[in-house]
Amino acid sequence: MSSVAVIDYGMGNLHSIAKALQHADAGVNVQISADPQVINAADRVVFPGVGAMRDCMQALHDTGLADVIREAAASKPLLGICLGMQALLSDSEEGGNIPCLNVFEGHVRRFSEHLTDKDGNTLKIPHMGWNQVKQQAHPLWDNIPQNSRFYFVHSYYAVPDHIEESIASSDYPQPFTCALAKNQIFAVQFHPEKSQTVGLQLLKNFLHWNGRF
Amino acid sequence: MSLAKRIIPCLDVDNGRVVKGVKFVDIRDAGDPVEIARRYDREGADEITFLDITATHDNRDTIVHVVEQVASEVFIPLTVGGGIRTLEDIRRMLNAGADKVGINSAAVFNPEFVKLAAEKFGSQCIVVAIDAKKVSAAGEPERWEIFTHGGRKPTGINAVDWAEKMRVYGAGEILLTSMDRDGTKSGFDLALTRAISEAVSIPVIASGGVGNLDHLADGILLGKADAVLAASIFHFAEYTIEQAKLHMQAKGIEVRL
Repeated sequence: MSSVAVIDYGMGNLHSIAKALQHADAGVNVQISADPQVINAADRVVFPGVGAMRDCMQALHDTGLADVIREAAASKPLLGICLGMQALLSDSEEGGNIPCLNVFEGHVRRFSEHLTDKDGNTLKIPHMGWNQVKQQAHPLWDNIPQNSRFYFVHSYYAVPDHIEESIASSDYPQPFTCALAKNQIFAVQFHPEKSQTVGLQLLKNFLHWNGRF
Repeated sequence: MSLAKRIIPCLDVDNGRVVKGVKFVDIRDAGDPVEIARRYDREGADEITFLDITATHDNRDTIVHVVEQVASEVFIPLTVGGGIRTLEDIRRMLNAGADKVGINSAAVFNPEFVKLAAEKFGSQCIVVAIDAKKVSAAGEPERWEIFTHGGRKPTGINAVDWAEKMRVYGAGEILLTSMDRDGTKSGFDLALTRAISEAVSIPVIASGGVGNLDHLADGILLGKADAVLAASIFHFAEYTIEQAKLHMQAKGIEVRL
């Protein structure tokens, strides 16, 4: 039986993602864990997270999981979600300038205040709700229609240095990167575990992915 | 291509059953919450909100079980409100599978609670629920006040100021209910909705008074809400969520279909 470890570093609720992974493929052994041995032994790793970047990086360093995640990212399929995606960049401007894991070179920036939509209404922050995702070719989009809507809730977004690592974008109101990919790493800003059918499909694709593209 | 406006069906849950009253009285039984949540998910609800109106502390466990059951098979955002007074209440709901909690009276009695909750769990899961009633007389500039105890107790707090204060304290979203309209099926208080939506930079969910599909569209187009919440028009199968979305789309509103 293949196994997936959901990294638990005290940032946010992991029940939703664990339940969704189990629902996406009942034949996979899903473990929520903070134990490096369990994470190292898993076939795949999910790196979730909600909350503030400062607390997130602090927790990753305090627990020693920062290195475990870097190792996993270099050796097996890894899925970053929301804050877990942002933490994979070089740094984030949330709460000053916080150094992050630098798995993807680039920065995390805040949406500008006072942006308006086409009707002149002020856009709210956080960017919250279902937005369309424009995909670039990647096996994790298999069986997911182009421009499907996924559920987002965030105020910061990734700006990768290497544009070819951007594997999907959304508009708010300008296009921003909402998924990153290289080698066996895939990371999304939205919440697949809260994105109904298309989200479950993405998780299923990840659970069956051999890490190549 | 942009962010869709959300439709959020609300389930008022009392001792494990979905109920709906008019202005908080005359409660009608509308069925099993898990079954109803499943149906809304299939019809394309963007989120689901549970409002626990159970009066006794002993029966609070019921809502936890409802959320657990729904969260294991419905993969869209779930919000739980009603009786959220402590950080432990929030933790319990999140552990049961809720994504957000609605804080109402506890915020009025102790605004610091909102700050603590947002610091502990993140603003993304803190929805501040505001029950407002119009207090200005005819001819005066419109003014709304916060009411507690199901709309019975005035607080003297101006609703627009309160919404902004709650944003500053860390609310990620405002759930705004007009106590004048709740249960009346005469439409949202659009002036109130617009006043609050334009005053705060966080998303606002309009609630209270939906009787037909035009009301939902008006909440977005005239009230400037980011999401609309309704209960009875969906429970009693007057309309499906999909019908509501098609109607809104025909009015030029972006929705998830």
